[in-house]
Amino acid sequence: MEYNIPKLLQKKKKNIIELWITNQLSEAGLREDLISNEEIRQQSEELVDSFVSNLNQENIEDVNSGDFDGVIEILSGISITRARQGFSPRETGAFIFGLKEALLQLLQQEIKEDKETLYQATLQINRLLDSFSIVTFETFIKGREEVILRQTDEITEISTPVIRVWDGILALPIIGTLDSARTQVVMENLLQEIVETGSSIAILDISGVPAVDSLVAQHLIKTVSATRLMGAECIISGIRPEIAQTIVHLGIDLSNIITKATLASALKFSFQSLKLEVKKVQVVKAVV
Amino acid sequence: MTTWTMIITLSKDVMRIVADQDVVPFRNRVKECAVKIKMGLVNQTKLITAASELGRNMLKYASGGETLIEIVTRGRDNGVRLTFKDKGPGIADLSLAMKDGYSTGKSLGLGLPGAKRLVNEFDIKSEPGKGTTVVVIKWANG
Ligand SMILES: Nc1ncnc2c1ncn2[C@@H]1O[C@H](COP(=O)(O)OP(=O)(O)OP(=O)(O)O)[C@@H](O)[C@H]1O
Ligand SMILES: [Mg+2]
Repeated sequence: MEYNIPKLLQKKKKNIIELWITNQLSEAGLREDLISNEEIRQQSEELVDSFVSNLNQENIEDVNSGDFDGVIEILSGISITRARQGFSPRETGAFIFGLKEALLQLLQQEIKEDKETLYQATLQINRLLDSFSIVTFETFIKGREEVILRQTDEITEISTPVIRVWDGILALPIIGTLDSARTQVVMENLLQEIVETGSSIAILDISGVPAVDSLVAQHLIKTVSATRLMGAECIISGIRPEIAQTIVHLGIDLSNIITKATLASALKFSFQSLKLEVKKVQVVKAVV
Repeated sequence: MTTWTMIITLSKDVMRIVADQDVVPFRNRVKECAVKIKMGLVNQTKLITAASELGRNMLKYASGGETLIEIVTRGRDNGVRLTFKDKGPGIADLSLAMKDGYSTGKSLGLGLPGAKRLVNEFDIKSEPGKGTTVVVIKWANG
């Protein structure tokens, strides 16, 4: 008896889907919190449908055939979604390996007596599905990378807030390393805010900067110069003792810059230069 | 009387610096080693600042290179030894490069002389056209 594997798989489409779904649902680590049985069914049907209807005697031997573009597109979509939803690589991989398992199970059931054909068909399906698995991993990783890139952008933004501490006084707590990209964001935000609020003093607080090397120092000096060009004064606060000693040994000259040990002392200095006074209210006790 | 004691390596770690993003993880690794040998906060900060300077030089002038992070011991002293090895253009005049304020990169020119002041032992070798190797040691109580 002559077998036509693509035809066979098309005829048995329903069985493949059922086998595959059973495989997925019996998977120990099934993430019922992330995906519903309904979604699994829908994704599985779509993929099997696209795969078997595009499969023929020629392309079953050719993993690079353009006929599978549709399959790859569906598969990529599923892995990207799963990456974003927080599935692990194992969970995502189990999805496509489950399909391979189902296809091989079916071949075994259907081609029992012809071992030679079964062997050939198994090899072909293996090669095809392995190639699909690679696509799954590639897109899964791409999906995770997108998540990381987005988070990096978010961190850059949220980590450089400009705070209006007082009328005319801005404060910028800097946390983490002040690299060139961060400096650009800090400087833009600061200058923008100086214009908008008409502030005359900006305090750059570096309590959260782990190390001040010559690069960071240069960025700080640039930011101070830019602030001065806008007609405002810039104070650097939060210089911890170990940072002060390191700066001195490194040989960085910050003598042209107003520096303070703490944000509180920078604020006090700002009040003085704005001729503001913070006083304790005298409570006069009534004499009975 | 001078006592000569051998430096023994207790742990060894290789890290490559080929992009800006590599500097912070490298610095964190150096810090971990410094913490492990109970180096004080001031010396820790000096060491990671020197590490940052030398790592960035490698990036800027030699488009990257390899670092070796070692915990070493000599007699009763424990320390961190860092080796920066690149295959960049090298430095023709070392004594000039070690001068405060000398820079071919329109920078402050403090990296090399500053790093030398921040550590206990500093050794630089360079061959034009071949590359540059800098080795520094910071002792925990140095
Ligand atoms: N790994 C290296 N390979 C080639 N040249 C180097 C290397 N490291 C330093 N140099 C040369 O030595 C000079 C001095 O280096 P140094 O780190 O002291 O200053 P800088 O990097 O120019 O400025 P800064 O470090 O203060 O930002 C550099 O301008 C560069 O010409
Ligand atoms: Mg330098």
